[in-house]
Amino acid sequence: MSILLSNISKKFGAFAALDNINLEIPEGELVALLGPSGCGKTTLLRIIAGLERADQGRVLISGQDRTHHDVSQRGIGFVFQHYALFRHMTVFENVAFGLRVKPRKDRPSNDVITKKVHALLELVQLDWLHDRYPDQLSGGQRQRIALARALAVEPSVLLLDEPFGALDASVRKDLRQWLRNLHHDLNVTSIFVTHDQEEAMEVASQVVVLNHGRIEQQGSPSAIYDQPANAFVSGFIGQTNVFDLEHHDTEWLQAAGLSTLHQQGKIVHVRPHDIVIEKSSAGSDAFVILKDWQHLGALIRIELVKSEANRPSASVYAEMPNEQFKRLQLHKGDKVDLRIRHAHWFH
Amino acid sequence: MSQSSIMPGLRPTLGFTVVYLSLVVLIPLSTLVFQSFQLNWEDYVHIITNQRVLSSFRVSFSTALVAALIASFFGFIVAWVLVRYEFFGKRFFHALIDFPFALPTAVAGIVLATIFQPSGFLGKLLIDVFGVQVAFKPLGIVMALIFISIPFVVRTVEPVLLEFEASMEEAASSLGATRLQVFNKIIFPNVFPALLTGFALAFARGVGEYGSVIFIAGNLPYVSEIVPLLIVTKLEQFDITGATAIALTMLVISFVLLLLINMLQYWVRKRSGQL
Amino acid sequence: MNAITQQVKLVEHQQLALQDPDWVKWSLIAIAVGFIGLFICLPLGLVIVKAFSKGVAAYVEALAEPDTLAAIRLSLLIAAVTVPLNTVFGVAAAWAITRFDFNGKSLLTTLIDLPFSVSPVISGLIFVLLFGAEGWFGDWLMAHDVKIIFATPGIILATLFITFPFVARQLIPLMQEMGNQEEEAALSLGASGWRTFWSVTLPNIKWALLYGVLLCNARAMGEFGAVSVVSGHIRGLTNTLPLHVEVNYNEYNIVGAFAGASILAALAIVTLILKTVLEWQQNRR
Repeated sequence: MSILLSNISKKFGAFAALDNINLEIPEGELVALLGPSGCGKTTLLRIIAGLERADQGRVLISGQDRTHHDVSQRGIGFVFQHYALFRHMTVFENVAFGLRVKPRKDRPSNDVITKKVHALLELVQLDWLHDRYPDQLSGGQRQRIALARALAVEPSVLLLDEPFGALDASVRKDLRQWLRNLHHDLNVTSIFVTHDQEEAMEVASQVVVLNHGRIEQQGSPSAIYDQPANAFVSGFIGQTNVFDLEHHDTEWLQAAGLSTLHQQGKIVHVRPHDIVIEKSSAGSDAFVILKDWQHLGALIRIELVKSEANRPSASVYAEMPNEQFKRLQLHKGDKVDLRIRHAHWFH
Repeated sequence: MSQSSIMPGLRPTLGFTVVYLSLVVLIPLSTLVFQSFQLNWEDYVHIITNQRVLSSFRVSFSTALVAALIASFFGFIVAWVLVRYEFFGKRFFHALIDFPFALPTAVAGIVLATIFQPSGFLGKLLIDVFGVQVAFKPLGIVMALIFISIPFVVRTVEPVLLEFEASMEEAASSLGATRLQVFNKIIFPNVFPALLTGFALAFARGVGEYGSVIFIAGNLPYVSEIVPLLIVTKLEQFDITGATAIALTMLVISFVLLLLINMLQYWVRKRSGQL
Repeated sequence: MNAITQQVKLVEHQQLALQDPDWVKWSLIAIAVGFIGLFICLPLGLVIVKAFSKGVAAYVEALAEPDTLAAIRLSLLIAAVTVPLNTVFGVAAAWAITRFDFNGKSLLTTLIDLPFSVSPVISGLIFVLLFGAEGWFGDWLMAHDVKIIFATPGIILATLFITFPFVARQLIPLMQEMGNQEEEAALSLGASGWRTFWSVTLPNIKWALLYGVLLCNARAMGEFGAVSVVSGHIRGLTNTLPLHVEVNYNEYNIVGAFAGASILAALAIVTLILKTVLEWQQNRR
């Protein structure tokens, strides 16, 4: 189901957690609410769920105004950051809970409940754990049970708060892929909150970047990465080199191939992979000194400093494939020429 | 074992603990058992099956049970209110909860007797309005024991309610549960073991309570005479054997009941995945 | 327009997942406050009113009576002997139980709590069985003219038994939770065992320790059942303050009884205030 948020604002005391948020989420998307901590992303998710009440604005789920519906009547499934499994119930009873608390006239029979719960547990591949208690499960297992529990009531929208936040790095990788596949199979509109840009880019079909209670940009992962709307988004998504034209030597940048003729702003962001280096040829103006490098698996990150003898300057980072770097046969302290292939301009 | 490898002081502290425990608690308490060996079975049965003794057991255990139940019910509400709601004077009430624990029992006894005696403030009111006399009846004992029990229940339930994960309630709500269902199916089952502990503590204390009860009870044999008082009476008549037999019986029954409650608690916790 | 105002009203009355409806909230508060008012505030008020019912002069007179003064002195003496002993025990027991693993540890922990589950009257009785005229050591004590029962030593022993677990009970859970990393750090830096205890352990447990001492003291001065069995109620000699209150009450000397009672109630109130302050201190950490 589609979700429409209009003019949502929320204050905690004097602190504006959310400031006039307008957001439309089409049906069937898997959306990431991405932002640094304190940006209001969890508050927004809780407002959609009805766990928090907005000071103003409306929440529409598939066209119907649900602003004043209690969380229990909103038809959402919510997966909590620390799962919030009922520790006094078995895995089976946890998943069955949403069905058992339905009003008597809507409540399925015990047989139907049993079948449905086992089907859900099979969906999350944990049916063999049905009689365990939450304390006896690993983090990844709890996460999947929490998801099965939320799905049991056939929610129109699935909301996940930092779904991978409490997991080990290796488990997290697997679960990301799994969640993506599950979403593909079920096709239920889903929103998850994360502060990890890599996770958002990898899992989501749409990314909403929030900062200071405002939406900075909404779009597909590639759109967000390739056309960041502003300096914040560009800096938050992936690595970037920042050149402030007021403090930087524009001539040097021009020599590096950056066209400053029609300046589009004062700040230039350059992704590390958009910087090309080669062994310095004599007479080049845009040379730098190779200070150090680190292996990042397939890529090499190269740390470069401008060769100004009198004062230390900020490092510039470049990235290139391992093989390519080896072919250059560079050593620490070598002079290299630098070329900027592509840049983003911001005010 | 490994955790204590470099910590000093095991021998002196453990040695002192064991010696002091033996001198102050274990040896004195064991005399009760050894003393009762001097008694043959027929004499023991004769003492215990005395009608007055049986009545006192009935009075002690039934009043303690009723008082612990009432205190558990209201104590739970008090703990709930103190943890969940904000209201004027909350901190004051919170500090007062331990008052029965800090107040010497004899003082509690004469105060409650003064309040509930037929000419007292509440006693008169209760007789005039409901025709119920509290003092000098088992009901008076129950009142005194409720007073004594309050902190035991509140102080065991409170920390559990305080630490209760709010997200469990939110999860239940998001799955469609009503507020009442959230309480019945999520909150109460998680707090119940603590409530049971509070009940057991209150009950155990109530059975043995002496000071706060004897002033309000009236101490009528067969009606409102409690076991501890009967022990004191026997002692004052220099009937050491009788006192020992009754004391040992009470001790054994209390321990058995506590054991049963502990087992029940173990079962509840196990069933609810807390073990 | 009408629809809008109606919606605004709706918003105001909306309840979040964790909030109870107002009527539930306020009825529960009313029940709780009523219950505490009836069972705690009323008795508290009555002690104060009764003590001064015949005027302040009568109160002072009742307190200045030699028997009352003797009772106060005896209660202070009892506390002065029992509280330090049980404090030292509490710290030693907590150290042994929380810093080491040994066989029978859980049994030891259970045994420490034993006095809590024994009726005060039985706590007195066992010392009568040991040291009374017909007790195990009765003849020997008689022969050597040593008086324990119906004398101060008996009262001290019974009080020791009754207040035995208080300090240990406060310290064990706290020291368990603290773990021993800080102490291990101090030891690894070359501090001696004593030094580690004084400058690492003690600062961490001081509020809980004080609280335990406070409770122990309140009970030592206020114990009635156990003391009543071993004291013999000899006026001016073996009557502690609570026993003195009982005697006065039974003799219908209500002002005298409540004058003594109000001292004990004041002790309880001071204990509560200090306890609240200690809790704040601990929470501040």
